[in-house]
Amino acid sequence: MLKLEKRPQPSQAWTYLTPLLAVILTMIAGGILFAFLGKDPVQAIKTIFWDPLFSEFAFYYRPQLLVKGAPLVLIAIGLSLGFRAGIWNIGAEGQYIIGALCGAGVGLAFYPIEAWYIFPLMVIAGALGGWAWAMIPAILKVRFGTNEILVSLMLVYVAEQLLASMSLGLLKNPQGFGFPGSRNLNDYASANSWIDQSVGLHWGVVAGFIAVIFAYILLNRHMLGFHIRLTGEAPRAARFAGVNPTRLILICLGAAGALAGLAGLFEVAGPSGQVSIDFNAGYGFTAIIVAFLGRLHPVGILLAGALMALTYIGGDIAQSNMGLPSAAIQLFQGMLLFFLLTVDVLTNYRIRLSQREVA
Amino acid sequence: MTGTLLSIRGLTKAYPGVVANNDVSFDIGVGEVHALLGENGAGKSTLVKMIYGLVKPDSGEMELHHLPFAPAEPSAARAAGVAMVFQHFSLFEALNVAENIALGMENPPKMGDLAARIRAVSDLYGLPLDPDRIVGDLSAGERQRVEIIRCLLQDPKLLIMDEPTSVLTPQEVDILFETLRKLSAEGTAILYISHKLEEIRTLCDNATILRLGQVVGTCIPRDSTAREMAEMMVGSSLHVPERSSGDIGPVRLQLNNLSAASSSEFGTTLKNISLEVHTGEVLGLGGVAGNGQDELLAVLSGETLTAAGAVVLDGQPIGNMGPVARRKLGLLTAPEERLGHAAAPDMSLTENALLTGAERQDLENRGFLKWGRAKEFAEEIIARFDVRTPGPGNAARALSGGNLQKFVIGREVLQRPEVLVVNQPTWGVDAAAAASIRQALLDLAAGGAAVVVISQDLDELMEISDRFGALNEGRLSDIRTAKGLTVDEIGLMMGGAHGMEVAHV
Amino acid sequence: MDLSSINPILLLASLIVAATPLLLAAIGELVTERAGVLNLGVEGMMITGAICGFAIAVNTGSPVLGLLAAAIGGAVLSLLFAILTQFALANQVASGLALTLFGLGLSSLIGQGYQGVKPPAFPKPEIPLLSDIPVLGPIVFSHDFVVYLAFFLTLGVWAMLKYSRAGLILRAVGENHDAAHALGYKVVRIRVLAIMFGGACAGLGGAYISLIRVPQWTEGMTSGVGWIALALVVFASWKPWRVMLGAGLFGGVSVLQLNLQAAGVAIPVEYLAMSPYLITILVLVIMSADRSRAPASLGKGFHAGT
Repeated sequence: MLKLEKRPQPSQAWTYLTPLLAVILTMIAGGILFAFLGKDPVQAIKTIFWDPLFSEFAFYYRPQLLVKGAPLVLIAIGLSLGFRAGIWNIGAEGQYIIGALCGAGVGLAFYPIEAWYIFPLMVIAGALGGWAWAMIPAILKVRFGTNEILVSLMLVYVAEQLLASMSLGLLKNPQGFGFPGSRNLNDYASANSWIDQSVGLHWGVVAGFIAVIFAYILLNRHMLGFHIRLTGEAPRAARFAGVNPTRLILICLGAAGALAGLAGLFEVAGPSGQVSIDFNAGYGFTAIIVAFLGRLHPVGILLAGALMALTYIGGDIAQSNMGLPSAAIQLFQGMLLFFLLTVDVLTNYRIRLSQREVA
Repeated sequence: MTGTLLSIRGLTKAYPGVVANNDVSFDIGVGEVHALLGENGAGKSTLVKMIYGLVKPDSGEMELHHLPFAPAEPSAARAAGVAMVFQHFSLFEALNVAENIALGMENPPKMGDLAARIRAVSDLYGLPLDPDRIVGDLSAGERQRVEIIRCLLQDPKLLIMDEPTSVLTPQEVDILFETLRKLSAEGTAILYISHKLEEIRTLCDNATILRLGQVVGTCIPRDSTAREMAEMMVGSSLHVPERSSGDIGPVRLQLNNLSAASSSEFGTTLKNISLEVHTGEVLGLGGVAGNGQDELLAVLSGETLTAAGAVVLDGQPIGNMGPVARRKLGLLTAPEERLGHAAAPDMSLTENALLTGAERQDLENRGFLKWGRAKEFAEEIIARFDVRTPGPGNAARALSGGNLQKFVIGREVLQRPEVLVVNQPTWGVDAAAAASIRQALLDLAAGGAAVVVISQDLDELMEISDRFGALNEGRLSDIRTAKGLTVDEIGLMMGGAHGMEVAHV
Repeated sequence: MDLSSINPILLLASLIVAATPLLLAAIGELVTERAGVLNLGVEGMMITGAICGFAIAVNTGSPVLGLLAAAIGGAVLSLLFAILTQFALANQVASGLALTLFGLGLSSLIGQGYQGVKPPAFPKPEIPLLSDIPVLGPIVFSHDFVVYLAFFLTLGVWAMLKYSRAGLILRAVGENHDAAHALGYKVVRIRVLAIMFGGACAGLGGAYISLIRVPQWTEGMTSGVGWIALALVVFASWKPWRVMLGAGLFGGVSVLQLNLQAAGVAIPVEYLAMSPYLITILVLVIMSADRSRAPASLGKGFHAGT
């Protein structure tokens, strides 16, 4: 009979090993899944994890890594602050949409003026939009004790409807021949986020790296970061230490919202280019996986974001080359989180073989 | 009163890194009141869990009525006639008394019949209890009655009681003992676990003494002195804290008509509490668990805010200040619950040193942390308070209860508080560590601080307090000079018998 | 705009149909939460149930077999959650999210070949005599049997929690798992069963949407109903009869907004479509003042060794 036994303290080694183990287990389980779908499992895994980086067309895929990874990392960094403190914002998808709408809205309002200040204003509008959207669950939680999980999630559906309304109405391209969707910001030099499109570099990538560094300093060197961690580990001890939970909720949700809003703005002003009904691609939810896979650690999130971006790109390749359904990739990403949570037990517990004992 | 009821032979149980019980053997006769005596960590709890079927022994046998007895689970033990009153009650706060009792029975009757039986038994044994009340609203003493009645309804042959008097006033203890003597006279054996020697001398027929998981002796308590038993239990003679009687100085901390609602659902509301603590003084606050101790500490630490003037430190109203501001002014506190309240279990000792030490020990600079200094502070606590741990990088939860308590108390004492408030400073701590913690508190007072000790251990309070008061249902009794108080007087200050009466059998 | 096109009798009848999947999912989650487990994966279990039920119904031609498959599918998926939280001791919030993400992926993978397929029609026996009662008949007595199943399931859960020993033990486990363990109750086993009951109910609720209410398969078709069901449990303060009330209310809102859309009210469609979610938030705000009835151990992990 297998038995779990609590470790006297969390294992350092397993903290680093569990994400790797989870990835390996996911590859195995994913391979079995692909085999069931009638695909060569080894080929499929290679296509997903190897080809985007090292195949002969890698020059085309590598920039994509930055494009897909940037929003994931930006959002996941924000989420990780809250998750660390036991504040569960799962509505990043909504904050991402609102950030994009606000940012694009500001940009489009200036069209066709060309000026240096337009893009910075869009950035501010995007961050503020995401922040404001996240403040709704934050204030409701602080003021009424409302569950932030459900409220933030409900607001995703509301944001999706707003997005539909905007791309069919207010932000619709007047010269779009009646098609839904806004003007393409890629055609508007003052309002797009590309730095060098050929290598996939846009301001969102820069912001992602800055967010990682800031989060690292915050969590490891600053009192606020210490309070965030303390609140998550032991809420009563945090109160005793003097942490103001209200302030912490507002900060964590606000930061997550602002970062998700930024991610949305950089996406709409760059890789996506326009506000459209299906603008949001689920980054807000995938970022939850990224945050956990990165163990809520800024550097870990950077690596996890890169890995998850890889599965997106590799998934696309596998879809076009091998006919692997895109849903299989989605499932694959879900599996990753599952395995991670399962093997995570090894950090705090060890498994022993023992005689049966009353459970 | 003849014959052996339970016979224990060579029970051994090891956990990783510690042998909880090693070759433990003894017998309990029918109707005997048998004491199991030992310090915290001596292995008493593991032993009774094996008897009750919660833990399976690695080796050894038990016989009940000369038949092999190896309960695989508590229901098997209950079916065999073994019942247990837990130290930390196994009760469900949101359920009512009858539901709680039904959950502890194998084949409970219908709720209506059960309520009638509860009333009958509670009358018979002088343990008044209303079956329809929600347990969360009951006092600690009443909760214990729920547990006891739950056991009695099953006509147990052996009743195990784990530290039952820690939640009772002296008057309530007397009544409980009457009940237990009657049960014993009716033929129910009682296994009585305690580390309180006088109680055991009053109540028990025989005693088995455990130390570090082994039986180190047996005795007949009535014929032994408390000192003899204590030395068997601890293994050496004890250091009794010394106090240099310093002068009582000016008032440092003042509470003025303080009232505060509890933040938790089944908590106690503090009502109109006033007190003063002076320089060089130890004020002891007694009372049965759940009478407002946690709430009082929260009001003093700044976790619960009140009107500014309700809490006054050195003449300055601070009732509306949070914990950080109070620490800066010199009011430090140490809550009862070590893991999760006074310390974060999964964080290192360095991080836990930072938890309350940031302001006074200069561990931060405009929000940026000075990890080096925090580590030095943790090391200083470890060295000065003899905390047994490999180093400050270890997680708080890896420490034993006594060592963590020394760390928590040390962390506050070393910050040179003006006023220190501690709740249950030696709860669950072995005797040697308890003595050193008490000494540290006395030294602090002698050095010019004012100290408030909230505790449920009356012996401790009598040992170290200059003045004594008791909390009862959120109210504070008059505060009196500790020296010369009798047990009866203390008991009445704690609220007397809380409506209990002597058994009618 | 033509509000007179809304027929109040049909509106109330369709309210009951709209409320049924919510009621099923919420009553299952209520049992899970009363056992002290917070499973945020309702949406994932519903959508999995929706596709399992749809696929089996299409392939066997039997909608009843489909419902059965949906319940099994939901329960099997919830077993993953049970393994994660009860054996691997993973965080319940994270595991619930994982379950939803996984369920959404799984369902769209299974659902690949079923877009645009029409499922076999569900038998809808009119209850003789009762269904002929004017007004009340068409509203209450002319539904498929799943509606009545959901109703009696709620009634059964209420009675079980209030009167039976099994219900008492379930509540005890949810209130204080350590005490329940000390009394010898199998905390983990009871919780796993409660989780699976929740999963089966959610699966059933999902299949009700794909087989009866819509009826067809589209990706992500539960569109937040599982999350609303979670909110409903809070709204109901963990009481079965209030879950029924809440399901009716939310069913009413979603039916009304659809009817208003059809009637061409001047409010844009998107804003009408937001209304169920906004009302959910509103209700959560109103109800969250009273958290007192939440099971005390809700969401906390249990490990016997500690």
